[in-house]
Amino acid sequence: MAQIWNRFRAVILGVLGVAAVVVTWDLYKALGPEEGVLVGDTRVLPRTTDLAMPHSWEMLQRFGDPVTGLPGAPDAFDAVFDASMFSLGLAARGWVIGVVVGLVLALVMSRLRIVESALLPWVILSQTVPLIAIAPLVRRWGSEITIFGHVWSSEDSVAVIAAYLAFFPVAVGALRGLKSPDATHLDLMRAYGVGWWRSLVTLRLPSSVPYLLPALRLAAASAVIGAVVAEVSIGLKGGLGRMVIDYAVAASGDPAKPWAPIFGAVAIGLVSAGAIGLLGLVLRPFRLTGASNG
Amino acid sequence: MLRSLKLGAAAMVVAAFLTACGDDDDGGSESNVDVQQSEDCATRTQEARDAGELEEVSLQLQWVSQAQFAGYYAAVAECYYVDEGLDVNIVEGGVDIVPQDVLASGDVDYAISWVPKVLGSIEQGAGITNVAQIFERSATTQISFKDKDIAGPEDLKGKNVGSWGFGNEWELFAGMQSADVQLEDINLVQQAFDMNAFLAGDIDAAQAMTYNEYAQVLETVNPETGELYTPEDLNVINWNDVGTAMLQDAIWATTEKLSDPDYEERTVKFIKASIKGWAFVRDNPEEAADIVAASGSELGQSHQLWMANEVNKLIWPSTNGVGYIDEEAWAQTVDIALNTKNETGATIISKEPPSSAYTNEYVEQALAELEEEGEDTIGADYEPIEVTLQEGGK
Repeated sequence: MAQIWNRFRAVILGVLGVAAVVVTWDLYKALGPEEGVLVGDTRVLPRTTDLAMPHSWEMLQRFGDPVTGLPGAPDAFDAVFDASMFSLGLAARGWVIGVVVGLVLALVMSRLRIVESALLPWVILSQTVPLIAIAPLVRRWGSEITIFGHVWSSEDSVAVIAAYLAFFPVAVGALRGLKSPDATHLDLMRAYGVGWWRSLVTLRLPSSVPYLLPALRLAAASAVIGAVVAEVSIGLKGGLGRMVIDYAVAASGDPAKPWAPIFGAVAIGLVSAGAIGLLGLVLRPFRLTGASNG
Repeated sequence: MLRSLKLGAAAMVVAAFLTACGDDDDGGSESNVDVQQSEDCATRTQEARDAGELEEVSLQLQWVSQAQFAGYYAAVAECYYVDEGLDVNIVEGGVDIVPQDVLASGDVDYAISWVPKVLGSIEQGAGITNVAQIFERSATTQISFKDKDIAGPEDLKGKNVGSWGFGNEWELFAGMQSADVQLEDINLVQQAFDMNAFLAGDIDAAQAMTYNEYAQVLETVNPETGELYTPEDLNVINWNDVGTAMLQDAIWATTEKLSDPDYEERTVKFIKASIKGWAFVRDNPEEAADIVAASGSELGQSHQLWMANEVNKLIWPSTNGVGYIDEEAWAQTVDIALNTKNETGATIISKEPPSSAYTNEYVEQALAELEEEGEDTIGADYEPIEVTLQEGGK
């Protein structure tokens, strides 16, 4: 009973949180100065005009209207939904690739000290390369690749770029986790005379779970961002990134429209975080073994 | 019980999340454009393709699908390329896609790009050649509200002047230079994709393409009147009139491959069919706008038609036949590229471009063939249509 009440409360609080954002938005729009708030010459709070901040209900209403005046144009909601699913699919693909690569890297690094010293700086360095610099490169290199009859597409490029962002937290988090067991536990394993493989499965992997879960969630968020930004970069059609660019043209005449894909991006971010949360439920039995008495 | 349920649900969601990877490749979501052809043309294309009569050719656009490129879409949709034995694949651009780089690296056969942007690439070693100057006139303008009193470049002094940068600023700077306005005399403001900063008054004179941003302003409600803004509300500095216009959309080919007779022949065919496509846009702007919209452009209907009509004005009427590179206009573009300094003191190029940078050899052949077929490549009595913009361009 208490558990159900807790759930219920969580839902209520969640709804209240969203409502608070909406209310703040419209209150500021109603009461804030038209020119925004300036400190010196720097605007710290935005203008409250309809151009800069459309009413929340207008943005919601926009979802029900057709995207363009063309006959047969879909409602904005349908268009955003399709684009969101497309981007989510690419992000998921990137996430899977990133997680696999990150785990393999972490395993190798935890097994061999020398590999860790050699690889870890590169892993960290990889994240300092701006996404917009590698996106066109990935597309161009990819266009020369065919794997087992599968011709490399721009979608593959986007997935790889999403993976490029997603592997990092996994590699670092898993490495930390694999090295987390107590020395006493490791000594015990050694005393039993079990090999590396067994101690990995029975000790290191389970104890890495508490480190891995936040890393996976971070990777999911990175994969979504990576997918959307990569779509913008290389102009891939079908997803939210491209939609952001396409709708920007309407920013002045139809100011609520460019917000639609932004809400789509928020939604898929929540969905992917939620999916990782469920994954956490599956891995729950291991959560406790990892934390050593405390 | 509850726990196994939870586990089951979790497993299902994870599985669903993962299978999202499986069902890709539905074809329509590639960066290759799926141009909407009439049924008759689609069948003809398929038949010719099956019979192996078509040569595959790819064209890299400078930006995403929009009526700026309507002529190439029309040439696919109306089977003009197929008539020439070409199977043309249009590849969309993106924010970070540089068409001349894609072309120089050999990924595509032809590319659409602006001359000043390519001149810089050529100086850095890109071996590409302008084989047809499709847009004769420049579409770049600097617009301002009437009350700002900015009628010419000399009035920009002391004003907040917007520019997108990234190679879009040269006509503006050259125009200012011609009016003796130094860069220190203005406050240069980085402009975004939309016109909100202009409408809010942060920018006095904003950069605007006649076929896009200018329309964006005219699609916006003027809060003072409750009606859409009208051309009477705006002053427009047109760089064609000032005399600092630079050549824009041109068809570029790989210089090295132009020594191959097959590629040369293909180039003539490609230019020829493309010009026919642009003639179609001239005569049927509404239909052309619909073709582009059906091929995956997300622009609103009236905005798309406006763009098709404005692009027509950049091409028609043509002085020497569409695509012919006018030596004087080329020289003016090169001159500005050599002598105009931007805010960092840099110029686009430091020495004259090589003679391989442009050639009229192929476009002349194409124009001659078109003339033989009775196609009008001048459009002397071309008249633009009237386009009524809707709020938000819908």
